[in-house]
Amino acid sequence: MRWGDQAPASSPAQAGDPVTTGLASAPYNHRRRLLDAPLSRGITACVLVALLSSLARAEIPLAERRSGYEQMSPATKAMQDDDTSNPATLSVLDGEALWRRKAGDANKACADCHGDAAASMRGVAARYPAFSSAQGRAIDIEQRINLCRTEQQKATPLAHESRDLLALTAYIGRQSRGMPIDVAADEKTKPFIESGRRLYAMRQGQLNLSCQNCHDDNWGQKLAGVPLVQGHPNGYPLYRLEWQSLGSLQRRLRNCLIGMRAEPYPYGADEYVDLELFLMWRARGMTVETPAVRP
Amino acid sequence: MSARALINVPKSARRGDVIEIKTLISHVMETGYRHSNTGENIPRDIVTSFSCKYNGEEIFAATLYPAIAANPFMTFHTTATESGTLAFTWEGDNGFAVTEEVKIEVG
Repeated sequence: MRWGDQAPASSPAQAGDPVTTGLASAPYNHRRRLLDAPLSRGITACVLVALLSSLARAEIPLAERRSGYEQMSPATKAMQDDDTSNPATLSVLDGEALWRRKAGDANKACADCHGDAAASMRGVAARYPAFSSAQGRAIDIEQRINLCRTEQQKATPLAHESRDLLALTAYIGRQSRGMPIDVAADEKTKPFIESGRRLYAMRQGQLNLSCQNCHDDNWGQKLAGVPLVQGHPNGYPLYRLEWQSLGSLQRRLRNCLIGMRAEPYPYGADEYVDLELFLMWRARGMTVETPAVRP
Repeated sequence: MSARALINVPKSARRGDVIEIKTLISHVMETGYRHSNTGENIPRDIVTSFSCKYNGEEIFAATLYPAIAANPFMTFHTTATESGTLAFTWEGDNGFAVTEEVKIEVG
């Protein structure tokens, strides 16, 4: 089943809905308001048709998807292509050392259960975020690492954007480099992909923009002099020249939210995981470049 | 204990070959011109010098300034003359000092 082919149920008429987690009352329904106005039925029909056709144009056709790599300058591409010039390699090496270091009250290293990461972690990052029965929802790699830390190693969880968590996610991600993104899209993950899709299409912030406005409708054009990428998560965690350090996808999403002058969700929020799952599904089949370099 | 430097030197070369050496050191390269959110100046913390010695003879040296971005990446060429050791040294503010050695076979 292709999610993008669904009927108007996921049309942009709902794109303006605020996120209504935890509210007891029914969410504000824009469509019902429009249709109830007796004199504007004809106008409403025209508006809906226009919105639906713009939805059809908005999603990038699978064959036209491009990694952000392709829009970089030759110098930046060269930086990513050579492991010696890619500063993210230092994080991967740190991650390799952490993988073998014993930690926590259980005095266990990742390697004690998972052995050689090159074998056991191969392809893992390409299929995350994944559904966890224990958690009852989709979780990302950082959450998976921290679950191992707390439940298996009996150690304290690693903080988001901490040097150690970034190093481990870079190391694990590196084992999927060159492989196609392959997140599951089944009954278990569908609700979270849909939640991510809604967040992706939702206008928010002082500038009232959605991810879709830039990354689906205007990719390839320039925003503040910088080329807009399609926004695929195929290289994370990555070394961003603007940050001069390695950072996670959540850090990048927060940058976007702040750029739109919206309140960023706190690190570790479900919204980021849902968004990441949707973005990974949207990038299905594209090649993992972790750890990438981006301007 | 974290990975501090990446060095790319060919393992072997023919005598007289020109080889490319690539180095990257992990360093924040704080310029000293930035301010924190509360207005305080963030003090300078940079690598100030880099040198490469080939069997004890300096073949490349550089002085670095705040304009150099974080994780300085430096590449240069040299002629492979004899087998031995290439020693790379970085020095900087706050007593920063890193030395790495790599062997090369020249036949």
